[in-house]
Amino acid sequence: MSVYLLRRLIQAALVMLAMSVIVFVGVYAIGDPVEILISPDADQAERARAIAALGLDKPLWEQYLAFLSNAVRGDLGRSFVFNEPALKLIGQRAPATLELAFGATFLAILVGLPLGLYAGLRPNGAGAKAIMAGSILGFSLPTFWVGLMLIMVFAVQLGWLPSTGRGETAEFLGMRWSFLTRDGLAHMVMPALNLALFKISLVIRLTRAGVRETMLMDYVKFARAKGLSPQRVIGVHVFKNILIPVVTVVGLELGSTIAFSVVTESVFAWPGMGKLIIDSINVLDRPVIVAYLMSIVLMFIVINLVVDLLYSVLDPRVRLESK
Amino acid sequence: MKKLLLGATVALAAIIGGPAAGWAQTLTMAVGAPVTSLDPHYHQLSPNNAVADMIFDKLVNTDAQARNIPGLATEWHVVGPTTWEFKLRPNVRFQNGNAFTAEDVAFTLARLPNVPNSPASYAVYAKPITRVEIVDSLTIRFHTAQPYPLLPLDMTNVRILDKETAENATTEDFNALRAAVGTGPYRAVSYRNGDRIEFVRNDAYWGPKPAYERVNYRMITNDASRTAALLAGDVDFIDQVPTTDLAKLRNDQRIALSETVGLRLVFLGLDHLRGANENSPFITDNDGKPLGRNPLRDVRVRRALSMAVDRQAIVDRLMEGAATPAGQFLPPGVTGHVPDVQPTRYDPEGAKRLLAEAGYPNGFRIQLNGPNDRYINDGRIIQAIGQTWTRIGVRTAVEGQTWAVFVGRAARQEFSAHLIGWGSNPDGSHPLRNILATVNAEKGWGASNRGRYSNPEVDRLLEASLTELDEEKRQKLVLDAERIAAEDVAVIPIHIQTNTWAMRRGVRHEARSDELSRAQDVRPAAP
Amino acid sequence: MSATTAGGAPAVKAPRVETPFRRFVSEFFESKIATGALVVFTVIVLVAVFAPLISPQNPYDLAQLDIMDGRLEPGSRNAADTMTYWLGTDDQGRDMLSGIMYGLRISLIVGAGSAIAAALIGASLGMLAAYAGGRTDTIIMRLVDLQLSFPTILSALMILAFLGKGIMNVVFALIVVEWAYYARTVRGTALVERRREYIEAAQCLALPTRRIIFRHLLPNCMPPLIVVGTIQIARAIALEATLSFLGLGVPITEPSLGLLIANGYEYMLSGKYWISFYPGIALLVTIVSINLVGDHLRDVLNPRLKK
Repeated sequence: MSVYLLRRLIQAALVMLAMSVIVFVGVYAIGDPVEILISPDADQAERARAIAALGLDKPLWEQYLAFLSNAVRGDLGRSFVFNEPALKLIGQRAPATLELAFGATFLAILVGLPLGLYAGLRPNGAGAKAIMAGSILGFSLPTFWVGLMLIMVFAVQLGWLPSTGRGETAEFLGMRWSFLTRDGLAHMVMPALNLALFKISLVIRLTRAGVRETMLMDYVKFARAKGLSPQRVIGVHVFKNILIPVVTVVGLELGSTIAFSVVTESVFAWPGMGKLIIDSINVLDRPVIVAYLMSIVLMFIVINLVVDLLYSVLDPRVRLESK
Repeated sequence: MKKLLLGATVALAAIIGGPAAGWAQTLTMAVGAPVTSLDPHYHQLSPNNAVADMIFDKLVNTDAQARNIPGLATEWHVVGPTTWEFKLRPNVRFQNGNAFTAEDVAFTLARLPNVPNSPASYAVYAKPITRVEIVDSLTIRFHTAQPYPLLPLDMTNVRILDKETAENATTEDFNALRAAVGTGPYRAVSYRNGDRIEFVRNDAYWGPKPAYERVNYRMITNDASRTAALLAGDVDFIDQVPTTDLAKLRNDQRIALSETVGLRLVFLGLDHLRGANENSPFITDNDGKPLGRNPLRDVRVRRALSMAVDRQAIVDRLMEGAATPAGQFLPPGVTGHVPDVQPTRYDPEGAKRLLAEAGYPNGFRIQLNGPNDRYINDGRIIQAIGQTWTRIGVRTAVEGQTWAVFVGRAARQEFSAHLIGWGSNPDGSHPLRNILATVNAEKGWGASNRGRYSNPEVDRLLEASLTELDEEKRQKLVLDAERIAAEDVAVIPIHIQTNTWAMRRGVRHEARSDELSRAQDVRPAAP
Repeated sequence: MSATTAGGAPAVKAPRVETPFRRFVSEFFESKIATGALVVFTVIVLVAVFAPLISPQNPYDLAQLDIMDGRLEPGSRNAADTMTYWLGTDDQGRDMLSGIMYGLRISLIVGAGSAIAAALIGASLGMLAAYAGGRTDTIIMRLVDLQLSFPTILSALMILAFLGKGIMNVVFALIVVEWAYYARTVRGTALVERRREYIEAAQCLALPTRRIIFRHLLPNCMPPLIVVGTIQIARAIALEATLSFLGLGVPITEPSLGLLIANGYEYMLSGKYWISFYPGIALLVTIVSINLVGDHLRDVLNPRLKK
C-alpha cells in the first residue's frame, strides 16, 4: 500500500513538472504580457524597464530555472498584475470556488441519485421518461446561456434571488465563506444550480444505467427470488454496484467543476479561482496561470487517488497493485 | 483602533440616521473592469486610477471634460524656462491626520520610478523632472532639462502619498490598506481582490463633500450580468453600459443614463513598414497571388479605404449612437482638436475611382485584423468595415482574436490593416508622439506606432511643440502636425467612443470623458 | 437504413436470415422515440450538408451582408426588398435562417469530428492501459491525469494561439481535451471486464491479444463508451459554444450555432430574442436527437440488457 502511494506521489511530481514546462512554453508562445500590461504613455525605455522588472528579459530557459529553484522553496512567483504572491492570490480566491463546486456536487447527488434510481427502477413509466427528457436538456444547453436565463427569470423578473456576486461572507478557518450566512447562501443558489445542471443529468443517467444493468444481474435475481425485501435488494445489492461509476464520475467531475467553473463565475461575477484564471489568461499573467495549474494538478491527482482507493473498497475485483 | 473607530462611526450613523436613512447612505456601484491594486503608482490602468482618485488627490485634478483644475496645488506657473512652481493647498490633512506638505510631494515623485515589479509604471511622469526643490512647506519647484510645457498635465496622473505612511511601503501594504492613506474624499476600509472594495467618506475632505457615506464598489466584468444586476436592483450604478442594452435602458422608467463623448479613438492602423515594392503580409491580388507591391503606401489607396468606411452606419447600427464619427484623434472641445478636419464621408463610388486612379481598378484582397474582446463591439466593427471594403472591390477577410494574442502580433508589425484604439490624454501631442511620430527609442517616440508611419514634417512640428512654452504657439504646432497626418491618412480614424453609465432613478452622475467611475461624481437626484 | 424500412421490418423479417446486424436494426426501430429522433437527426444532417444549396443567403460572404439590415425582426424584408428574413437577422444583417443552416454544419463537424476522433484515441489507449497494465497503464493514466487537470479553456487558448482561430483548430483542441474522458471510462470498465471468465477463457485458448481486445473486450466496454460518447458529442458542441462565448472559438465571420447564441446572448436583455433564441432551439433539437439515438443504441447494444 505505502509503496503504491509513494509511486503515485513520484508520478504526481513528474506530472507537475511536465505541466509547468508546458505552461511556461505555452504562455510564452501566446503573447507578450508586457504588451498587454504596459500603459499607452510608456516609451521604449519604460517598456524595457517593465520587461526587466518582470524578469522577462532573460532567455526562457533561464526564467524557467529561476522559477524552479523558487518553486522548490514553495514560492511560485508574484503575479505580474497584482504584485502579490501567486499562491496567496489563489488562496484568497479558493474558498469561493470550493464552496461553489461542493455546492454543485451536493446538488447533483441530492437531485440526481434519487431521480436516476426512480428512472432505472421504472424505466417505462411516464415519470422516468420525463426525467430522462429533462436530463437531456440538462446537458444540451450551454452553461452561460442557462446562467443568464436564471438571472433574467429569478433576479430580474421575479426578484427572488440576488443576481450576482458573493454576498455576505463569514470567516471560518481563516477564510471567508458565503455558505455560512443567509445572504451568502441566497447568492450561491443560482451559480451552484447553474454549475450543477450538467452534473445532475450525468448522475441521473449513470444511476439509471447502472440500476437497469444490475437489476438483470443473476445475483440480484437470486436475491429477489430468495424473497429479500425490495428495499434491501435495492438499498444494498443494487446500490453498492451502481456506486462505482457514479463515484468515478462525480470524483472526476468535482475536479473539472473546480477547473471549469470559469464560465459560471464570470456570468455570476463570482470572485473565485475560475474568474482569476480567465482574467490571468487574458493578460498572460504567467505566474498566476502556472501556480493555478500546479494547484489544480495536485488536486486532481489527489482526487484520482481517492477515487482509485474508493474503487478498491467498493469493488474487490479491482486491485491496486496492477501486476 | 481603526476598526473600532469605524464601528463607532457606523453605530453613530445608525443612531442619528435611523434605519430608513441608513440604506440611502450607501452607494453600490458595479464596474466592468477589475481593479488590480490599491497602490496608486503600481499599474497605470483606468480602473486603478478611478479608485485611486477616490482615496488620493493629485496636485492638478481634472474636471469632467478633462480640463486641468486646482487639486492639492492651488496655482502653478513657469518661473524660468526650465522651472515650474506649484503653490500647495494649505490646511489639508491626510486621512490619518498628518498635514500635507511639500515633503509629501517630493517623496511621491521619488517613489514613482521605484515601485518594484510594476508592469506599467508612472515613472514617465517623473522622468522629465531633473530636480525637485522644496521652497517652503507649501511651495515646490520642478526643474527640467528642457522647457517642458506638459508638466501640469503630467501632474494630473500623480497621486500624492503621505510620506510617513508610505515610506518603504510595498504594493502589498497598499492592498492590505495599511498604506492606502490619501487626502481624497473616501477612505478604503476593505479590499477583496476581484470582488469589491468598500469605502467610507472622509469627512475631513478639503473639497466638496461627497454625497454618500459608504460606498460598495463591486466588479462585475460580464456585461450582461452587470446590466442585470442594475435591473434587479442589486446595484445602484453601473459603468460601461453595453451598447446592446442602451435602447432598452433609455426607455426604462426606473433607469437613468449619463453619457459624454470620451477620449478613446478607435482607428485602423495600416502597414507603412513594407516599401512600395514589397509585399504586405495580408494583401494579395484577386487570385490570391502576391501583389509585388504594398498598395497601402499610396495615399490614394489609403484615402479610398477611409472613404469606404461607413462611419455613420457603424455608429448608428452597431454602437447604438454611443460614438461619434471621427476624422482625427480628439473630440471637439478638447485641446488638440483640429477644427477644420472632418470625418471622411462614406463614398463608395469615389473610393472606387481613387482605387482605379492608383492602378487597382479591380481592387485587391486584404485581411483586416482586430481584437474581439477589447473595445466596444470591436469584432462587429471589423466585420462591418469588411462589408463596405468588399463592395468597392477590396475583398476583405476579417479575423478577430483575443487581445492577448492580437496585441503582440500588432506590435511585431504582422498585419496589413488592423483595428486598435487609443485612449488619449487630452492633449494632441500625446497621440502624435506615441502613434504618428517616427519610431525613435532614444527620444521615446513612436512606442505605439504599430504601422511604422513616418513623416519628417510631422516629426519636425512635434519636436518644436514639445519645448514651446507659449501655449498658443504650441497649440498651433500640434494642430499643424495633426492636420498633415490626417491629410496623409496616416491611420484611418473610425469613431470616438461615448462613455456611458446607467443608474437607478434617484441617482445622478456627472459623466467624465476620461472614463473613470468615481463615487464622488454620484449624488442623489434632487427630489 | 432509412426510416421507411422501420415500418415494413416486422413483415419481411421472418423469411430473412437473422444476422446480428439485422437483429440490431430491428431492435433499434422498435422504439418510436428513437426512430423519430433518428429521422430528425437525419434531416438536420441533410440540412447541414446541403446548406449551400438551400439557404437563402451565404452568411459567410461579407459582401452579401449589410449592417443596415441588422437586427431585423423575424419576417422582415431586406433593404433591397429581394428576400424575407424569416427568422430575423443578427447585428451584421446576417439572415438567421441561413446562419443557422451553416452554423449547424460547423457545430456538427466540430461536435461529431472531435467526439469520434477523441473516442477512437481515448478508447484504444484506455483499453491498452487496462489490458497491458504495469508501466503502460501508469504512463497512459498519468497522461490522462495531466490532460484532465488542464482546464479546457487554457488548452484551447494555447492551441488556438499556436494555430490561430479556425474550425479544424477547434476540433483539434476539443480532441486534446476530451480523449482522456474516454480513456478513463474505458479503462475503468475494462479493468472489471478483463477479470471476467470469458476473457480468461479466451486467454486460455491462446487467442492473440489484439483479437481479445477488439473482439471480446471492446464489445463489452461499448455500453459505457456510448453513454460517454453521446454526452461528449453534446458536450463538444456546447463546449465549442462556450469557447465562442469566451472569444476563442470559430472565426467571427463564420459563426457556428454556439457563436450565434453567444452573439445573441448580448441582445437577450434588450428584447431581441431571435438572435440567440432560434440558434438555441436548433442546438437543442440537434443535441436532444443525438442523445435520444445514443440512449437507445446503448440499450440495444448492451448484451446484458437482452431479454
